[in-house]
Amino acid sequence: MTHGVDPHTLTGAYATDALGDEERRTFEEHLTRCPSCLLEVRELTATAARLGLAAAASPRRTMKDEVLRRVTTVRQEPPFTESAGQARALRHRARHASRWALAACAAAATALGGTTVWQHQRADEARERARQTQERSEDLAGLMAAPDARTRTAKLAGGASATIVVSDSRNQAAFLAAGMAKPPRGKVYQLWFQDQGSMRSAGLLDPESTTTATLMKGPVGKATGMGMTVEPAGGSPEPTSPPVALLALPT
Amino acid sequence: MEAIAVLERYRVKEVVHIGSRAAAGPDLQELMARVARGDQRAFSYVYDVVAAPVLGVVRAVLRDHAQSEEVTQEVLVEVWRTAPRYREDRGTAMNWILTLAHRRAIDRVRSVEAASAREHKAALLAHTPAFDEVSEQVETRLEREQVRRCLRTLTEVQRQSVSLAYYRGLTYRQVAELLSLPLGTVKTRLRDGLIRLRDCLGVSA
Ligand SMILES: [Zn+2]
Repeated sequence: MTHGVDPHTLTGAYATDALGDEERRTFEEHLTRCPSCLLEVRELTATAARLGLAAAASPRRTMKDEVLRRVTTVRQEPPFTESAGQARALRHRARHASRWALAACAAAATALGGTTVWQHQRADEARERARQTQERSEDLAGLMAAPDARTRTAKLAGGASATIVVSDSRNQAAFLAAGMAKPPRGKVYQLWFQDQGSMRSAGLLDPESTTTATLMKGPVGKATGMGMTVEPAGGSPEPTSPPVALLALPT
Repeated sequence: MEAIAVLERYRVKEVVHIGSRAAAGPDLQELMARVARGDQRAFSYVYDVVAAPVLGVVRAVLRDHAQSEEVTQEVLVEVWRTAPRYREDRGTAMNWILTLAHRRAIDRVRSVEAASAREHKAALLAHTPAFDEVSEQVETRLEREQVRRCLRTLTEVQRQSVSLAYYRGLTYRQVAELLSLPLGTVKTRLRDGLIRLRDCLGVSA
């Protein structure tokens, strides 16, 4: 990596407000295009809030009247409404940023010991990948931000970790993995929904990346779990090997 | 032969829930929706739920009681003023409010003077979080016990990094300076320390 700090490691400092102003702005920019950091920040900020709750201290009784009196004279701000122009500007910025997002993901994969085709790919292929990544991450960001999104994290062999995110309202799930070994040559990781003992394909993981956030294909439906197997390139209609990961969906 | 390592069985995270902790309580969510529509009565209930945690967060960072009360009042008024902009899909209302409280306390600290000059190094390192021992609320006491227990599962450097950043309001650069550690180490310890706390406390997003 030639550029400065790896932004993915700043989640803890961000959640404890331990970044300087400039770094915080840069990291918030990163959050708009990195679903795995967004999820981690949500969890770590909620964790920091528990540190806050533990420190609770009753204020003097007279403070309540003072505050209630003050708010009678304070006008509330209007809710955020995103104008079409703003939305377009955001989308434009997101698209503009997506190449950097891809580069950052590639950098992260490299840092974790994987290899990436980023350097070898022709520019137009890279752009197409970036576009797909962007669309995926918009869907992913929507899923992560769903009010009913639930998560469950599991440790996999070799220090890898996997997180499953499920939203009932969207009937969607995402699979986030970090630090996984690359699949053997000619093989891919395939995701499955587990429906009453049978496995339904939920798509393939990007074989080039060991750090990934993947929107699972198809509806969650009645699935109670998910699995991941190693399959021949292109995937299989049903699993041909025992799962390398098996998680109950978060409830 | 497959080069994939064998599956390590999925481990159930330790999840402990205490009573009707306000952090995730639907009541506060409902109240905030009413506050967002200008309901002052609902705001007085929100005050009852959040005032003590807000004061706790602010006082942990600022230490000075009079200043803490002043900032606490400002935060509570800001909660009222910006309630229409609170978005449920970004996290619980309690998290939103405590994040706001922490930021405002830190703004105050950083605007006044460099945190390293605020107190002697020894005092910063020796001091455990300013928990209110006489707090009469059972929920707070239980929450505190649990957080303490989980803080003990951290390594010394993780615990110091998290405490100095959250409870003392230091930047990670200041923490690194104070502990004579490389920046990268503090960044990483803040992250893995919080992850360990998250797992111990059973926090989900
Ligand atoms: Zn990231």
